[in-house]
Amino acid sequence: MLSILRSLLLVFKHAFHRRATVSYPDRIRKYPARWRGRIILSRDPDGCERCVACYLCAAACPVGCIALQATQDEHGRRYPEFFRINFSRCIFCGLCEEACPTYAIQLTPDAEMSEYDRQNMVYEKENLLIDGQGKYHGYNFYRVAGVAIEGKDKGQSENERPPVDVNGLMP
Amino acid sequence: MNDTLWSLLKIVIVLGGVMFIAPGLIMVERWLLALWQDRWGPNRVGPVGLLQLPADMVKLFFKEDWTPPFADRAVFTAAPAIVLMAALLSFAVVPVAPGLHVVDMNIALLFFLAMSSMAVYSIALGGWASNSKYPLLGSLRAVGQMVSYEVFMGLSLMGVVVQAGSFSLVDIVEAQKGLWFCIPQFVGLVVFLIAGLAETRRLPFDLPEGENELVAGFHSEYSGMKFAVFFVGEYVGITLISALVVTLFFGGWMGPGLPPVLWFLGKMMVLIVLFILVRGSLPRLRYDQLMGLGWKVMFPLSLANLLITGAIVLARGG
Repeated sequence: MLSILRSLLLVFKHAFHRRATVSYPDRIRKYPARWRGRIILSRDPDGCERCVACYLCAAACPVGCIALQATQDEHGRRYPEFFRINFSRCIFCGLCEEACPTYAIQLTPDAEMSEYDRQNMVYEKENLLIDGQGKYHGYNFYRVAGVAIEGKDKGQSENERPPVDVNGLMP
Repeated sequence: MNDTLWSLLKIVIVLGGVMFIAPGLIMVERWLLALWQDRWGPNRVGPVGLLQLPADMVKLFFKEDWTPPFADRAVFTAAPAIVLMAALLSFAVVPVAPGLHVVDMNIALLFFLAMSSMAVYSIALGGWASNSKYPLLGSLRAVGQMVSYEVFMGLSLMGVVVQAGSFSLVDIVEAQKGLWFCIPQFVGLVVFLIAGLAETRRLPFDLPEGENELVAGFHSEYSGMKFAVFFVGEYVGITLISALVVTLFFGGWMGPGLPPVLWFLGKMMVLIVLFILVRGSLPRLRYDQLMGLGWKVMFPLSLANLLITGAIVLARGG
């Protein structure tokens, strides 16, 4: 009997509590920086695409929502000919971001991507590519990786020794 | 001629008022439950969500008025009408203010008890005519619950009748001039409140509906306006029980300063808020607990209350 009265009182006291609900469109909460939201493709500090079209993101994707086609430009740099993410399938797990060796694909704190037409949920490369570097600044894959491109031969990257002559006998 | 017109006007005022308050309660309930659960409740449609109710009503009006092919058509249609009719008829005897009541019967209280028993038929028939298992289970529970709670609902009021010496609600209110019956009849008040909760099938006693076990209980098969009538009928029931508690235990329209109608409505709203608070805080009883509470606690309590009240009134030579 007393416990009934106590629970009545307890519930009544909640009338003076702060409301937990955030009135969403009127007040938009700031998402944390690591929020796994809309996926973007970033650029390196020189303004070139970071993506080297290695297909690791597409392979890691558990729902298979990423489609891309690799190709090479005249400098010998690999890049995706097209890069397509179907956001109506995407589950925002972030595995593509973990798989990416070049920090190219990143998840951002943005969740407002509703569409009236389902086709509009499919983002092409021009929709995904941003002008900045995203979350990871100062990283340029071709400057640190031992891949030869035009204007930079093997062994000329940062922190890279010249390649060993595997046919030579000298130590 | 003038008398007839005045009576008609009173009917319009009382019934129109009830039909205005009862759907409004749906909104009040949603807002209050939200308040107590630290939510906002409906606040999107119109200013502070005021247009939510009209929007819901429009939606219900345009829903298909579906009668399942396996249902007993005539009874299925009649059932929702009965619950609303019974509750509205009871309002005829509730005195809102001095002179503002549709009819002053000398057996008003018995009339109310009879009408509230009629509501059982609506639920029993609605569940039966639906011809499907969950509604039937719901109406079985409803009948068991309401029949057993009816017994001491009536008995709990007899203390008031003994003290007032009349079945007429107007006389009962007049008899509370000195002291409201909520003090000498406190036990009766508690028993009547609990019985009223059970009678209106409100949350601690909403076994006939029991969403998480019986889909929606006795009105599972109802949709559109028929469902709306059941829904509004429940809120008319709450308004009725609150109005009666005010009339019988809290001195009806009496109170200093303000006009009697406002006193009556204000007291009624406080009780309705209490009903909603009870819904917001207490879990549903198990069926055997419900029956145990009814027959082992409330019934003896109301009998003892009646005996003691009668003895005291007799001893005073009343």
